[in-house]
Amino acid sequence: MANVWPTAPEDLTMKQKNLAKWIIGAIALLVLPLILQYFGNAWVRIADLALLYVMLALGLNIVVGYAGLLDLGYVAFYAVGAYLFALLASPHLADTFASFAAMFPNGLHFSMWLVIPLALVLAATTGVILGVPVLKLRGDYLAIVTLGFGEIIRIFMNNLDHPINITNGPKGLGQIDSVHIFGFNFGKNQELFGIAINSVSMYYYLFLALVLVTVLVCYRLQDSRIGRAWMAIREDEIAAKAMGINTRNMKLLAFGMGASFGGVSGVMFASFQGFVSPESFSLMESVMIVAMVVLGGIGHIPGVILGAVLLSALPEVLRYVAGPLQAMTDGRLDSAILRQLLIALAMIIVMLIRPRGLWPAPDHGKSLEQKT
Amino acid sequence: MEILLQQIINGLVLGSMYALIALGYTMVYGIIQLINFAHGEVLMIGALTSWSCIGMMQSAMPWAPGWLVLLLATIIACIVAAALNFTIEKVAYRPLRNASRLAPLITALGMSILLQTLAMIIWKPNYKPYPTLLPATPFELGGAVITSTQILILGVTAISLAILSWLVGYTNLGRAMRATAENPRVAALMGVKPDMVISATFIIGAILAAIAGIMYASNYGTAQHTMGFLPGLKAFTAAVFGGIGNLAGAVVGGILLGLIEAIGSGYIGTLTGGILGSNYADIFAFIVLIIILTLRPSGLFGERVADRA
Repeated sequence: MANVWPTAPEDLTMKQKNLAKWIIGAIALLVLPLILQYFGNAWVRIADLALLYVMLALGLNIVVGYAGLLDLGYVAFYAVGAYLFALLASPHLADTFASFAAMFPNGLHFSMWLVIPLALVLAATTGVILGVPVLKLRGDYLAIVTLGFGEIIRIFMNNLDHPINITNGPKGLGQIDSVHIFGFNFGKNQELFGIAINSVSMYYYLFLALVLVTVLVCYRLQDSRIGRAWMAIREDEIAAKAMGINTRNMKLLAFGMGASFGGVSGVMFASFQGFVSPESFSLMESVMIVAMVVLGGIGHIPGVILGAVLLSALPEVLRYVAGPLQAMTDGRLDSAILRQLLIALAMIIVMLIRPRGLWPAPDHGKSLEQKT
Repeated sequence: MEILLQQIINGLVLGSMYALIALGYTMVYGIIQLINFAHGEVLMIGALTSWSCIGMMQSAMPWAPGWLVLLLATIIACIVAAALNFTIEKVAYRPLRNASRLAPLITALGMSILLQTLAMIIWKPNYKPYPTLLPATPFELGGAVITSTQILILGVTAISLAILSWLVGYTNLGRAMRATAENPRVAALMGVKPDMVISATFIIGAILAAIAGIMYASNYGTAQHTMGFLPGLKAFTAAVFGGIGNLAGAVVGGILLGLIEAIGSGYIGTLTGGILGSNYADIFAFIVLIIILTLRPSGLFGERVADRA
């Protein structure tokens, strides 16, 4: 279909149509929080969290979708980022250790410009450390080891309040700084050009920018030499090796890259919530992210985004609808239960109807030549 | 020394429960290469069903002795669990037989959440005290203590394993199961009906899980809708540990995992001078798993299996 030498005017109109679509989409994304905040901050919060999940799902998509490595402990990297920021930007360390308080009388308040690269590197390192011992493992063995790794991290977060209080155990860490960039505080309500913009809406724009960067990185990766090497490994590891791909390094790179996305999302999550506790990083969370990737369309960026938005935002929206239903069943079916029920049914029904996901990759399983 | 003996007994009891659950995972995996994430929930449903049955029977026929009530409740729970697992396979896994491996994995996860939610609606989310139906006085054994429930658990596990190995090794069904696990297409050519074999596998797995669930509930004295998660996870670990798809491996893996966990949690405090407490016990299972799999990538007794996610 796509002609290499576009001369016909139809191609131009196609381009214009596409451009129009992009502009409309961009405007819609930009005004969304302003409309949502009219209905209340809770709705903007839902959009914010959905964007965070999009970032996470895109990160996991690198590992599962591109490289074909099933990772059931992805939330561990999210936790690494969140706890890193929680320790660096909350009074916890100064409160717990007298020597620390003496060194930094005002507490630690790291700049985002420092924290984000730090989280990226730390999460990527954790990812590679996890990758090294499990490189030889495949498929389901890898799934269970990553799952175990996630649990190990969670158990440590839960118990590292004794004998030295590092993570504050199940109580979690609070009073985490909000994001400051160029002296601009995302934690406060602002007024820009006469429009009042809430703090949650500010975060929306921040997260949106990060999601756009993530999407861009993912697209570039997908079509790069590295991305193709990953897909080759996914389709046939032995053949990939025979073609001269260093499968070990490529797999480690996938783990590291995927993890770094998780780490950055974790930092954002910690500053957005102002509070982290091990509860936010349970196995269920990892499972949900895998479900987002698979439900949307594994290895396909728009699909993954769709899956993440659907599974993260829809249940929250349903929570508001659940009120009347709760009254009807005299409290037996409360909103949390109903939400779980609907997520579970969605996972089962969508997979039964569309086993390749809601928006599957068009070129999945075909040779790369047919793509261009 | 008493501590060691005590922890070995606890470990064997725990391990035999893991082994029963792990068999369900490994049989299903061996035949259709699916990690049945809803398996732990089948265990939970079995335990909660038996809890309801016991309650009903105790009020309907107060004259019945404890062992009879337990036996009847176990039978009913096994039937319910078997019917449930049979249905789950038909509804959520069979239509995806030819899809990519991740699709049934997601329906399995969905099933697991669905069953937990339904159990929460039916049984309410609170912890239920599981009645002690057997004489509670413990026996002394060289300084260590063992309860009659624990003896029963070990006995029932041994009997279940014997029946299962007879079933798999010496009956037509068992032969069909082994053939299907080896090569479904060739087995079908030989007159084996793969769908029937798979249904049978799910039914047997559910019965073992229900028995394990009842044991778990009576050993710890509580039952709740989330009780299936952790034993399910551990049993899956055990199955991988022994080499998934290998029945003997699942049993050995389960018992070893139980022993490692019990001995580990018994000694971790003294070994680390009180720095790490027994709340780290769950870590043992996973650390050992990672070490074993690094050395033997397909488990203790595993063969090389098909790869990729």
